[in-house]
Amino acid sequence: MAEKLLMKGNEAIAFGAIRCGCDGYFGYPITPQSEIMETLMEQQPWESTGMVVLQAESETASINMLYGGAATGKRVMTSSSSPGISLMCEGLSYLAGAELPCLVVDVMRGGPGLGTIQPSQADYFQCVKGGGHGDYRLIVLAPASVQEMYDFVDKAFTLAFKYRIPAMILADGVIGQMMEKVELGPAKPRRSEAEIEAECGNWATTGKKTDRKRNIITSLALEAPVQEKFNLKLIEKHRKIEENEVMYSTYRTEDAEHLIIAYGSMSRIAETVTDMAREQGIKAGLLRPVTLYPFPKREIEAFAQKVKTMLVVELSAGQMVEDVRLAVNGRIPVNFYGRYGGMVPSPDQILEEFKKNIN
Amino acid sequence: MEREDLIKEENLVYSKTPLLTDTVMHYCPGCTHGVVHKMIAEVIEDMGIQEKTIGISPVGCAVFAYNYIDIDWQQAAHGRAPALATAVKRLNPYKYVFTYQGDGDLASIGTAEVIHACNRGENIVIIFINNAIYGMTGGQMAPTTLLGQITSTTPYGRRSDLNGFPLKMTEIVAKLDGTCYVTRQSAHTPQAVRKCKKAIRKAFENSMLNKGTSFVEIVSTCNSGWKLTPVKANKWMEENMFPFYPLGDVKDR
Amino acid sequence: MAVKGTVIIDRQICKGCGICVINCPSKALALSREVNGKGYNYVYIANDNCTGCTNCAVVCPDSAIVKVYRSRI
Repeated sequence: MAEKLLMKGNEAIAFGAIRCGCDGYFGYPITPQSEIMETLMEQQPWESTGMVVLQAESETASINMLYGGAATGKRVMTSSSSPGISLMCEGLSYLAGAELPCLVVDVMRGGPGLGTIQPSQADYFQCVKGGGHGDYRLIVLAPASVQEMYDFVDKAFTLAFKYRIPAMILADGVIGQMMEKVELGPAKPRRSEAEIEAECGNWATTGKKTDRKRNIITSLALEAPVQEKFNLKLIEKHRKIEENEVMYSTYRTEDAEHLIIAYGSMSRIAETVTDMAREQGIKAGLLRPVTLYPFPKREIEAFAQKVKTMLVVELSAGQMVEDVRLAVNGRIPVNFYGRYGGMVPSPDQILEEFKKNIN
Repeated sequence: MEREDLIKEENLVYSKTPLLTDTVMHYCPGCTHGVVHKMIAEVIEDMGIQEKTIGISPVGCAVFAYNYIDIDWQQAAHGRAPALATAVKRLNPYKYVFTYQGDGDLASIGTAEVIHACNRGENIVIIFINNAIYGMTGGQMAPTTLLGQITSTTPYGRRSDLNGFPLKMTEIVAKLDGTCYVTRQSAHTPQAVRKCKKAIRKAFENSMLNKGTSFVEIVSTCNSGWKLTPVKANKWMEENMFPFYPLGDVKDR
Repeated sequence: MAVKGTVIIDRQICKGCGICVINCPSKALALSREVNGKGYNYVYIANDNCTGCTNCAVVCPDSAIVKVYRSRI
């Protein structure tokens, strides 16, 4: 029987990393995600799997350590919270520009500025739309349980390497801090040098062999036609990701007339709201995007033909709601309810807002 | 003896290293970068470590270093090369890892990364090209620009009250417990080049001895930025740079 | 014992910086009045003073001096 442990979401990230063959973690402490590095340091995976864990001097250094590590074909990751992610955005742009696979975990807190250490979902624009400069995307997974914090580490690495793109786990402080039972999957070993060579040998800087050209990792293309060709390549990559990797889940949507859309911790609360609405005779349903990029826009577009209204619930002033409105394209009303600054709404508050808009 | 009689395999005493590619360097005539590239390529060839070496190029004129030395390269964001090198070396301890950085990259925007990599004692080599100016962007003031030196952002000469003082990175990193070998060299004469190449070789060898970081500053010229001919730039460097940036080993343990 | 040397210069790579010329102890090199494909006054062997000491090759930033030969006479 698989091992089950009670742990925090942040701890689950650490266990997920050690047990999925992650080669290196580089990070800088920031609340509310410091337990990730603390757990790694306590577990000392360098003694068991050989995984490197390093406390860097800053988020800027951390993300650039990812660039260096990922460029050698290794599975490398970092984690931070909102202000730290802002610092990493330069590096994220370079990682995307150099097509490097890696994992960044953002356990969001309230902002702007130093903000609050309480939970938030206000980094949606920053993370889902790229964050740094230039045309690029990250694959963004939004876990809604501690189990998913664990599972998504391996999933994110797999997707990142499949497409040579940085992947992100976008969690909010609620998911990072809450404790749940986690079923630990079978531990995967780290890939051997030979396996890395087989998988990444045509691009990774593993040392120039006599039988191949030198591998160069760069995001620089001074000539406009060369840069445009690269942009077209990225666009095609993004198109493939949008076609193949959308993940979402639905709850009681079969006969729904009104759809709530929420991700992360908000989708958990929205599930309760859906049940409460149903008890009151309102045919409510819930759609939860699991991938925020690629966004389930086709699915939402399809729901816009079936339901009368939609309500988007976020711990922000309204960010994902813009993508929902783009998908719905004006067909039906898309309402929004948000809480800010680290405040988390109760199901009653959401239900009240929901009912206001459906008549 | 005729030239034809001399050109025979048994008389060959020098040959351009095959570790340098055939790509014509984009550097200005007389630029020190080319000499340092050659030294690094020769050290890699002499040590037989082409398959085990990973270079990290900076932002600045040497951004294209990857076009010239035939090894695997990573091109870093401005100033971040030591962070990349840290991860590469930690994840691949049997590889030789070096950064190649200019004074803007290493001594200005990347001071945090270089100081912390040195302080952690990462087993890497840091090659620091100090020509006291920003070459690629057109000759602006660098942190290492000398007092009184004219640049496009100090058109009347660098003043300490307006622009602060020139930064001696080599002396700073020598104070850190993580560094094992810190030296300042030049590459403007055959004697200097031979000495400098020995220093680079030693730095590369150190990186497998688990002794800490090796830091090689090379006081260089930027004749375009300095608005001097290559030969005059070398003379200006001897007269003005060397008194403030004295050559020699600062630390060797 | 006298030595004699010579060098092979890649004229097209040479940028005419003149650093080899001033570092040649035998004054065997000079910059041409002609220019190469890039418009540089490339270096050439001006006389038969060369001793094959390699100094020019060592200081050349562009590795335009690709080979040096030396023999005792």
